[in-house]
Amino acid sequence: MKKPVLEVNRLRTHFFTDNGEIPAVDDVSFHIEAGEVLGVVGESGCGKSVTSLSIMGLVPNPPGKIVGGEIIYRSEKSNSEEDLVTISRKKMRGIRGNQLSMIFQEPMTSLDPLFKIGFQITEGLRKHRSISKKEAHNKAVEMLQLVGIPRPHEIVNEYPHQLSGGMRQRVMIAIAMSSDPEVLIADEPTTALDVTIQAQILELMKKLNKEKGTAILLVTHDLGVVAEICDRVVVMYSGKVVEQGNVRTILKDPKHPYTQGLIRSLPKLTERDERLYSIPGNVPKPGSILKGCRFAPRCPHVFDRCIKEDPELLQLEGEHLCRCFLYAEEGGVKDDRETTVGS
Amino acid sequence: MEPTSPSKNSPFPGPEHQEPQTSVPAAASPWKEAFRQLVKNKLAIVGMIIIGFFILIAIFAPLLTTYTYQSMSAADRLQPPSSTHWFGTDDLGRDIFTRIVYGARISLMVGFFAVIGALVFGSLLGIIAGYFGRWIDMIISRIFDIMLAFPSILLAIAIVAILGPSLQNALIAIAIINIPIFGRLVRSKVISIREEEYILAAKAQGMKSGRILFHHVLPNSTAPIIVQATLGFGTAILEAAALGFLGLGAQPPTPEWGRMLSDSRQYIQSAPWTVLFPGLSIMLVVLGFNMIGDGLRDALDPKMKS
Repeated sequence: MKKPVLEVNRLRTHFFTDNGEIPAVDDVSFHIEAGEVLGVVGESGCGKSVTSLSIMGLVPNPPGKIVGGEIIYRSEKSNSEEDLVTISRKKMRGIRGNQLSMIFQEPMTSLDPLFKIGFQITEGLRKHRSISKKEAHNKAVEMLQLVGIPRPHEIVNEYPHQLSGGMRQRVMIAIAMSSDPEVLIADEPTTALDVTIQAQILELMKKLNKEKGTAILLVTHDLGVVAEICDRVVVMYSGKVVEQGNVRTILKDPKHPYTQGLIRSLPKLTERDERLYSIPGNVPKPGSILKGCRFAPRCPHVFDRCIKEDPELLQLEGEHLCRCFLYAEEGGVKDDRETTVGS
Repeated sequence: MEPTSPSKNSPFPGPEHQEPQTSVPAAASPWKEAFRQLVKNKLAIVGMIIIGFFILIAIFAPLLTTYTYQSMSAADRLQPPSSTHWFGTDDLGRDIFTRIVYGARISLMVGFFAVIGALVFGSLLGIIAGYFGRWIDMIISRIFDIMLAFPSILLAIAIVAILGPSLQNALIAIAIINIPIFGRLVRSKVISIREEEYILAAKAQGMKSGRILFHHVLPNSTAPIIVQATLGFGTAILEAAALGFLGLGAQPPTPEWGRMLSDSRQYIQSAPWTVLFPGLSIMLVVLGFNMIGDGLRDALDPKMKS
């Protein structure tokens, strides 16, 4: 079996603030196979963005710091294996934007307003590979064409303020894809865009994934997006992975009460008068829950053990993992509709 | 893994091509756009005409007058303006028009070099403080605070007192007192630009911090620096005139406007033209730079407008 291209093992990224140490990412493990699309889902503040920044080595320091774990990156192209946590800064710069690329949530502010589109697309490329100006220009046009921007020959000479949000996000993708990365990390790439543009961007990412075999780590809070393009999903809550598995399994048969709540709170187009479901309470401030399951205060199935102990990630069927005591006693499969367990 | 060859049609047909064409036809760089805004501003144009006028007379000074700025004539003391002496003469019988024209050279030069000096050193310190932060920022910022705690002219007087009165030392003093003004401006701009998403995006492309600093952070910080430099021109000229007035700047017979004012102040009633024209010149130049500066600010930073 092929080893995954990116493997995150027991990653812990903490923020050191005046109010103490905040574990934004707490013991998170997952992996991405070559050519797969992995979704990382969770509410704001659950640590999903920090996880992706940790992989890129871009956690703002201070106050953030990776305090534990490893991020193993296996490059098939250069046939190397590196731990991105301990790698030298120089080597990391060589990987960043070359083999590992990232796109961000806000396409409106992710481009430097002072430079032409073409220049920005190839700026990173010219750094990683020595190519001439002419080659760079052609490459920029080619990339714009690849991401489906009309009139690429004109757009390369335009400035960011002349493009719409959707076009800018395409440009961001063009920048990220220009170096043929093995892994593309997309941090909420469609959140700032309206729905029709969203669909186009997702379509584009899916195509690039299929045609170029780029593995994608998609960070999002939108389960609709996950359903659209992901192969597997990692659900995060308050800095921890609470459920992980195949996208169909998770969406059809979620096990963790948090995932169930997330799916229930999706608005349905066909139902109108019903009040929209929401999980009671708010995401706890990271670090505020010291003992027990972090979802316990909001969980409809909470029982004694949840408050006393920290649940481990349990393996259910196959690759399906879930961090919940509801499934602890019977070694896995448990009907989620039964609410009174072990009380 | 070569991407599809750049064929006419993108590999992704479908809705993409119906995307509304939101981009404006003419590609205009943000700088050109700002320039277009600037020339639309009437006050800025007036300012530019005033400054352009003074620059021209400074360059062509020898062609504009038949006198030299130091030639004295006891017979022509304190003559009112006439066809031979357009602006009259001073107490030593020197032609005031000639001295004003040559004085433009002095004032513009002082303004230019003082601003350049303050700009270079202030920006450098500001970048270092803003980008590296922590204790470096602490030290640099505190020094700026201390310098700004003094009334600037007092600090300038102190510096000239140490270095000795001369035009060159006055220029150095003016540059020094303006360093913290540029320094703080650049520092705050660098701090805010550093947090922009495109800086993170540049980092995500694997660029070195040095390149990011000089290629992305600094160019995006230039707008307020340009505005401050233009306004600083006016202040520097005013400060040079003030030092000259106090006898700490240009030494006679250098035709420095501030010095001319102070030398003639006892004749303000008997021969008002001796103070009127130097005073008017200082005022016009400062006004011109301020008008350009305000126009630039409006053009470069649309958010600042009202």
